[in-house]
This record gives sequence, C-alpha cells and structure tokens, in this order.
Amino acid sequence: MSFIAVFIWSFVLWLVLTAGSKGLLWSPEELAAGLIFSGVIALTTKDIIGEKAARFLNPAKWVGFVIYAIGPLFWGMVKANLDVAYRVITGRIKPGIVRVPVDLENDAQYTILSNSITLTPGTLTIDACPEEKALYVHWINVTEKEPKSSEVIAGSFEKWARRLGR
Amino acid sequence: MIEWLIGIFLAIGVIFNLLASIGLLRFPDVYTRIHAATKCTTFGTIFIVLATVTYAIYSYFWVEKDPSWITIGIHSALVVIFLVLTNPVGAHALGRAARKSGILPYGAVIDELEGRL
Repeated sequence: MSFIAVFIWSFVLWLVLTAGSKGLLWSPEELAAGLIFSGVIALTTKDIIGEKAARFLNPAKWVGFVIYAIGPLFWGMVKANLDVAYRVITGRIKPGIVRVPVDLENDAQYTILSNSITLTPGTLTIDACPEEKALYVHWINVTEKEPKSSEVIAGSFEKWARRLGR
Repeated sequence: MIEWLIGIFLAIGVIFNLLASIGLLRFPDVYTRIHAATKCTTFGTIFIVLATVTYAIYSYFWVEKDPSWITIGIHSALVVIFLVLTNPVGAHALGRAARKSGILPYGAVIDELEGRL
C-alpha cells in the first residue's frame, strides 16, 4: 500500500515538472521514463514514508488542503506579517515560552498544526511533545501565561489540523 | 495594466523581505529573530514568485504561445509549495537547537521549557 502511495506522489510530481514538452501535454517517451523513475523511487523509499501514508491519496483531502492553504492559512500569514512589521518598527515585545495543550492523535496532525503555528501571528513552535499532548510555543507577545487550549494561539487551526491529518 | 499588477506583487515581496532583514538587526535574541526571518521571508518570497507566475501566464496567452512560459510558471509555483513546507520546519529545528544549548529567551515573562530540554 505504501508502495502505491509513493509511486503516485512521485509520478504526479514528475507530470507537474515535465508539463509542456509536447504542446501543453506530455510526450509518450517522457511518460514512460516517468513510470520507470517513479517505480525505482517507490521501491527504494516505501519503508520511509510510513504505513498509513495512503490515506493522503483521498481527493476530498486534497480539496481540504487547498481550501485550508488559500483561506485560513494565507489570511493568518497576512496578519502575521503585519504583526511582525508593527513589532519591528515599534520594538514592543513581551516574549515567553508557553505550554499549549492540544488534542491530536497522530504525527501528521502535529506536523500540520506546528507548521501553521510557526507561520501565523507572533508564535513559533519550539518543541512538540506528542507523549504529553502539548506544544511548547515561543510567543512574542504573551497575553495569557497558561492557555487552556490552542484557541488563543492558533485560532481555528487545531480543528483544521485534526480534520486534515485524520 | 499587467505591469502594475506585477509591480505591486514585487513591491509587497521586496518590502517584506526588507522588513525581515531589519527585524534581524533590531530584535534582541535568537527566537525573536527567527520570528522575523521565517514569517517575513516566506511571505515576501511567495509574492515575488506570484509576480513571476503572473508574468508567465500573461506572456503565454497574450504575447507568444510558447509552452516554455507555462513551464516557467509551474516550476515557480512549485517553489512556493516547497518553501511553505520546509521553512517552518527549519525555523522549528533552529529554535529547538538554540533552546537545547541553553540560550534563554531575552526578557521572558514565562519559560515553561526551563529544565525540560
């Protein structure tokens, strides 16, 4: 199963990278070469990608990722950059490292949430502890020293991460 | 018309990249500097690449039907995806390594990682 997952991912990447060789489409020779190379890559890396990677082949999940990236994540990045601009110009900071309890199940969800937190307003993930279900976050302007949930730090990102990484 | 759009994208990108470098000079310690460097460079570079993609699409449809324009556009768009995926991970690794080697956050009001890493 993980062989199929790696194969499809690397073949899609190959198609995207080589588009436009015959008009706007692909030439047959290129498609054949892509099949061979994707097969080799899938054989060599199928043990690395993990057991349940095939669940990300679900098209409904891709739509979810695109909506998440264009909507909440991009808007969060806009706010983050205006926030950083304000702090660079005025120099008004009140930093600290806080512990944020989160309620997630697997590593993919932790990855999505901590990457989103790093890219959005005034927060930077320092350490993720799946054992104690917590993230340690460097917050540039601490307003709440012991947050009960990730709502103050990340807004709706925890909900999105739980849904997308399932 | 299209020149204005590309110009606006480039201006936003360059301003935020400049802001990241000013942040590197102005902020007091490694963590706040990582804040400035990660967020602003990712955002600024996204807009610079967006300008490239706009230019490539415009050139393909209105100037010259050459597929290499589409290739340029797609390859630039891929840069955005890889940048957004890898940049926060690099920042996380830098921050964790700094905390692990005992650098305290400057002027911290709270430090929950004290004696944990």
